[in-house]
Amino acid sequence: MAKFQSLKEAVAENLRDGDTVAFEGFTHLIPHAAAHEVIRQGIKDLTLIRMTPDIVYDQMIGMGLAKKVIFSYAGNPGVGLLRRMRDAIENGWPRSIETVEHSHAAMANAYEAGAAGLPCAVFRGYLGAGLKEVNPAIKSITCPFTGEELAAVPAHRPDVAVIHAQKASRRGDVLVEGIVGVQKEAVLASRRSVVTVEEIVEDFDDLHPNLCVLPHWTVTSVVEVPGGAHPSYTHGYYERDNAAYLEWDRISADRDLFTAWMKENVLDRGPEVFAERVKGL
Amino acid sequence: MTNLSDFTPNEMMTIAAARALSNDDVCFVGIGAPSAACNVARLTHAPDITLIYESGTIGTAPNVLPLSIGDGELCETAVTTVSVPEMFRYWLQGGRISIGFLGAAQLDRFGNINTTVIGDYHKPKVRLPGGGGAPEIASSCKEVFITMKQATRGMVEKIDFYTSFGHGDGGNHRERLGIRTKGPTLLITDLAIWKPDPETKEFTVVSMHRGVTRDKVQETCGWTVRFSERLEETPPPTELELTTLRELQARTEKAHSGKKGH
Repeated sequence: MAKFQSLKEAVAENLRDGDTVAFEGFTHLIPHAAAHEVIRQGIKDLTLIRMTPDIVYDQMIGMGLAKKVIFSYAGNPGVGLLRRMRDAIENGWPRSIETVEHSHAAMANAYEAGAAGLPCAVFRGYLGAGLKEVNPAIKSITCPFTGEELAAVPAHRPDVAVIHAQKASRRGDVLVEGIVGVQKEAVLASRRSVVTVEEIVEDFDDLHPNLCVLPHWTVTSVVEVPGGAHPSYTHGYYERDNAAYLEWDRISADRDLFTAWMKENVLDRGPEVFAERVKGL
Repeated sequence: MTNLSDFTPNEMMTIAAARALSNDDVCFVGIGAPSAACNVARLTHAPDITLIYESGTIGTAPNVLPLSIGDGELCETAVTTVSVPEMFRYWLQGGRISIGFLGAAQLDRFGNINTTVIGDYHKPKVRLPGGGGAPEIASSCKEVFITMKQATRGMVEKIDFYTSFGHGDGGNHRERLGIRTKGPTLLITDLAIWKPDPETKEFTVVSMHRGVTRDKVQETCGWTVRFSERLEETPPPTELELTTLRELQARTEKAHSGKKGH
C-alpha cells in the first residue's frame, strides 16, 4: 500500500547502506530530487543499476555513495562523457567503483525478467560483442527447441526502485506518460519503490484505459515533488533543461568545482528548490 | 540563396548519408550525424521514412534535432511510443528494423566499432560512454550504415574493443557466429563513401566527395585504403538538400540555446 510521505522520510525508510537500487527514467522523468535526498542522507555502499547513469549517477558516484554500478551507456546524452564516473573508474576518486557493463537490450531484458519473476533474461544478443569477454554475468543458453544459442543475463532484482512520474491519485496509483522507459519493469522487479510525482490528483477516473499506471499496491512510497526530474523533464509539465546538461560538462570536469557545486545546490538545499528550477522550461 | 560551392565536408557527409535512405526504410537512429542524416532524408526525398529512436519512439518526425535520444519532441511527434523493453524485444530483436545507423569512436576496415574504451578494458586510458543499444543494433537490423569523420585515431588498423560486431575478421565471419543479418553495408565519411568488398568484406572507397584526393583519404585513415576500380565522385549537395540541412540545424540551435541551466 502506497504511503504518502515527505521525501526525507521516504528515502530514510526505504534505502539502507549497501542496498541495490535502480533510479530509472530513460532521459525523461529521471528522479533527480530523490537522488539529491539520498546524497544528503549520505546512504553509502550502494549498488546502482541504471541503463544510462547520466548526471544523476555521476553526482552520486562523485559524492562517494556507490560501490558498484551496473549500466549500459555511461554518457552525458548529447554532450559527451560522464566525468565523475570516469574519474572513479580511472583514478578511484573519491573511491574506486566496480562496474558491470551491459548493452541496453540486456538491461531492458533483465528488468523485464525481474518484473516477471524469472531468474534470468534470455534474448538474441551480444553476438560477436566484446562485453561478453569482460562481463562474467553474460552467459549463453541453447534453445531446447531450435538449438539456437541465445544470450542470458541475470534478472535485475533491486532492493529499491526510485522513479519520477506525472501524477499520483489520492489512493496512490501512479501515472507515467510519454517516454515510459523501463520504470514499470523496474518498480515491479524491486522489493520496495519510491515514486516522486509532479502532483497528486483526486482520482484517475478520466484517464484513457490503456495508460501506464502502477496500482497503489505495487508502490511503497509516494512523494509530491514538483519539478523533481530537473534537469531531466516531465512530459506535459516542463522541458528538458538542455543548458544544464551542457553546463554539467564544465562543473563535473573539476573535482573542486564539483564539490562546491554539490554543497551549494544539493547538500544545502531541499526538494522544494526543484519547483523553482523548472519555471520557464 | 544558398551558396552551393561552399558546403563543408560535414554537410556532405550528412547529405550523402541521407541519400542512402529510402521512403520504405525503418531506421533505428543514433544521436549526432545519423540523426541529422535521417531527418534530412525525411524532409527531402523520403517523407514516409520511419524513424525510430531507442527511447521507444516509433515513427517520429521532430521539427528540431533532439539533443538526447529521449527528448520530448520525439515522443510528441511519434506515431506511438513503447517501453524500452518492448523496443528492444519486439521491434529490434523481432527483425522490424531495416537500417541501423551507428557512429563510432574507433572503426576498423571490417566495420567493427568501438565506443567503449581506449586502451585495456580493465585499465582504460580513456573510458568512453559504451555501447548502449549498439551491440544488438549491429546484429538485429537488416543492415547497418556507419557515419564518422575520418581521422587516423578513429579509423584504425585494430580497434581496442569490439563494442559492436561488423564483419569481424572479414569474409563470412558473421555467418560463422550465427548472425543472420548483413551487417555494415555502407560507410559514409566526410571525405568518401565506402562499401564492403563482396568477398573480403573490407571497406573499399567507391566514391570521393568533390575536391577530395586519394592522398587525403589515405592520410586520414589508419589502414591501407583500397579504392574501387570504378571510383566515382559523390554528387555535391543540391540546393534543397543543403538548405534543408542548414535550416534544420539553425532551428535546432535556436531550440537548444536559451534554456536556463542550473
